[in-house]
Amino acid sequence: MSVKLSSRQVGDVTVIDAAGRITLGEGSSSFRDTVRDHIAKGNKKLLINLAEVSYIDSSGIGELVTAFTTVTNNGGQLKLLNLTHRVQDLLQITKLYTVFEVFSDEAVGVRSFA
Amino acid sequence: MPSNRSGENRSVETVLDSTLDSVDTAEQIVLRAATDSGFGEDELHKIGVAIREAMVNAVVHGNRYSAHKKVRLAVSEAPDRLTIRIQDEGEGFDVASLPDPLAAENLLRQSGRGILLIRAFVDEFHVRHLESGGTELSLVLYRTRSS
Repeated sequence: MSVKLSSRQVGDVTVIDAAGRITLGEGSSSFRDTVRDHIAKGNKKLLINLAEVSYIDSSGIGELVTAFTTVTNNGGQLKLLNLTHRVQDLLQITKLYTVFEVFSDEAVGVRSFA
Repeated sequence: MPSNRSGENRSVETVLDSTLDSVDTAEQIVLRAATDSGFGEDELHKIGVAIREAMVNAVVHGNRYSAHKKVRLAVSEAPDRLTIRIQDEGEGFDVASLPDPLAAENLLRQSGRGILLIRAFVDEFHVRHLESGGTELSLVLYRTRSS
């Protein structure tokens, strides 16, 4: 299964719920397009909910990083929510835990943008 | 970790096109063998990540999606280990010259983490340049490996 993405607004924060696999090909391009669409609409506070993401490869990690830099360069913020232990492992291995703000509680994550 | 069910050496070899579908195919073949060898769920996930990264390396960076170039996958099950070999027909690369993806200046690069993930998730990783051209990546997982 490739990735399924849906977006919802919580105040002025856009929560993107992702489910499935973010891998090279359709999965990573869908994620990239979704983030770009939000930036184009002026939604610059993005909280990516990865609770239902079973698998991310290096291409998917690359898309997370690119999304982070794109949002940041546009004056916004991108943070992560609800990492599975496998995704946590990947962020540890790649040292990206030093880059991303990560939350396990959505309300706390949303408030952090204020 | 459970022992190999048959206790015998077995191997599978296949030739794959240089497409992303082949990455999925290779993952399925290797995970079937790893499951049969008794690797657990977390181990299977790590093996899946490693095999996908190695296949993407062969298909994308080695063969550059060429319809004229193939990827050869060999999976060997032995009582103590699972060995996966992936050969491409590309121009080869020097693994020592790859940028360090953990260096501060590279942390925000979009790509370059595949080999890092392979190394993290297998017990042995070898890169060999083939006389015929191309590169062979060897991934070895020991059945006694601790998670």
